[in-house]
Amino acid sequence: MSEKVLMKGNEAIAEAAISCGCRHYFGYPITPQTEIAAYMAKRMPKIGGTFLQAESEIAAVNMVIGAASAGVRVMTSSSSPGVSLKSEGISYMAGCDLPALIVNVQRGGPGLGGIQPSQSDYFQATRGGGHGDYHLLVLAPASVQEMAAMTVRAFDLADKYRMPCMLLADGTMGQMMEPVELGESTGGTVDKPWALTGTGMKRPHNIINSLSLTPDELERWNVDRYERYAKIERDEPMYEEYLCDDAEIVVVGFGIAARVAKNAVNAARAEGIKAGMFRPITLWPFPKKAMFERAKTAGAFISVELSMGQMIEDIELAIRCTRPVTLCSRVGGMIPSPAEVKKSIEDAHEKLEGRN
Amino acid sequence: MTKNILIAGFGGQGVLFTGKFLAYAALLEDRQLSWLPSYGPEMRGGTCNCSVIISDEPVGSPIVTEPDILIAMNRPSLDKFEKAVVPGGEIYIDSSLVDRKPERTDVKVYSLPATALSTEKGFDGIANMILLGAVIEKSGVIDKSSIPAAMSKVVSAKHKDLYDYNIKAIELGCESI
Repeated sequence: MSEKVLMKGNEAIAEAAISCGCRHYFGYPITPQTEIAAYMAKRMPKIGGTFLQAESEIAAVNMVIGAASAGVRVMTSSSSPGVSLKSEGISYMAGCDLPALIVNVQRGGPGLGGIQPSQSDYFQATRGGGHGDYHLLVLAPASVQEMAAMTVRAFDLADKYRMPCMLLADGTMGQMMEPVELGESTGGTVDKPWALTGTGMKRPHNIINSLSLTPDELERWNVDRYERYAKIERDEPMYEEYLCDDAEIVVVGFGIAARVAKNAVNAARAEGIKAGMFRPITLWPFPKKAMFERAKTAGAFISVELSMGQMIEDIELAIRCTRPVTLCSRVGGMIPSPAEVKKSIEDAHEKLEGRN
Repeated sequence: MTKNILIAGFGGQGVLFTGKFLAYAALLEDRQLSWLPSYGPEMRGGTCNCSVIISDEPVGSPIVTEPDILIAMNRPSLDKFEKAVVPGGEIYIDSSLVDRKPERTDVKVYSLPATALSTEKGFDGIANMILLGAVIEKSGVIDKSSIPAAMSKVVSAKHKDLYDYNIKAIELGCESI
């Protein structure tokens, strides 16, 4: 095991990407994720990699398309407004079935918004974001250790399913420092026979393209892709449960919201309220099955989000509205305090008691 | 045991550095910790603060809203965060820059003219480390024996002079409080 070091979440993403074989980074600076680009700028030239600060987010994402087409591990990172700019390219990547990592260290929106933490890009991340029928695999880390681990996992999943993956973090996760243990370098040597590596006059040309003017062909591409998505929805959901087994109230949160929720759950437990926390780690695929099962034992759910209420819709869908779901949220760069979440738990508890 | 520490002052006073030092000391003591800076459009002269949590349990929220220890390096920081300190908590003040006493009577208050001392004793620019010495002495939040190793994590080996300079400033703070 390697030594524990202190790192910012943003730096942990960059180092983890390098450790699993990413040698190509294209980006454009934006708060609060610029440390990723800065780290890559420092490290890539020393290890024979490529760091390129593009002239814009749009240019950067198109460079990612090029590198991914050539079969190398490649990533870009940005924050909310920058990810909107990249969305066209991300849709093309999905249409071309290209693996790559896109990191979104979210800030408040819409528009230029602010620079403080937010989770209001949940819909954008989990519903695709760009045009057309597609999904991204979306991972939501809740510690600096997970920022590193999820980066490696995202690259592996991207290669496994030939699709773009997104790491959805927020300003707090990017800026905070925690002890982190970086794994051994894994190299990321996945066979990619589809990549554009030159035929050497020995094989037919590979073609990477999202354009088809033949409707039945384009339909088939979409249907094939959704068969892969169905497999992902079955095999890849990840989540963490904390004190859920006997919980009457289950607080659901990801990333920083889950950290706050955990404090609130402990505080509520100290006062005798049976509260628990459910933390989705993959936001797409959303851990629907596990949450539906949990609704059989829990009386009510609370969605803690740094948005006006986006994930709450997935909770309601997952549990098929069999239990009440309330929202506890702050937006614009504000973060709900453990006391605010605890108040929501108490309110939900009171309503449950009243009904019984 | 969990200690929620909030360090606040002007940008340029070494608020983040002070927090980083505590974080490294906690890491070396094999404790759980988090370090979270304010990252607004601050610059030298603007307000700046930093949340550090040191615990024996995994850290939940990294945001310190109710500090056990407040280190107020200027007047606006005391004005803003005095109310948030938990009853029985500790407030450390650079009394050279804070021209009032805390109103709270249910907390322990430690005042040290850190900035004046730094000028007087030849530690220009590192009043933060003098005040930190007072915190370490009185709160015991980190062990004194962790100071040298933690310092070598935050000051590069190339700058041996800075290493000694900072260590001595902490010692001065320990002795002066």
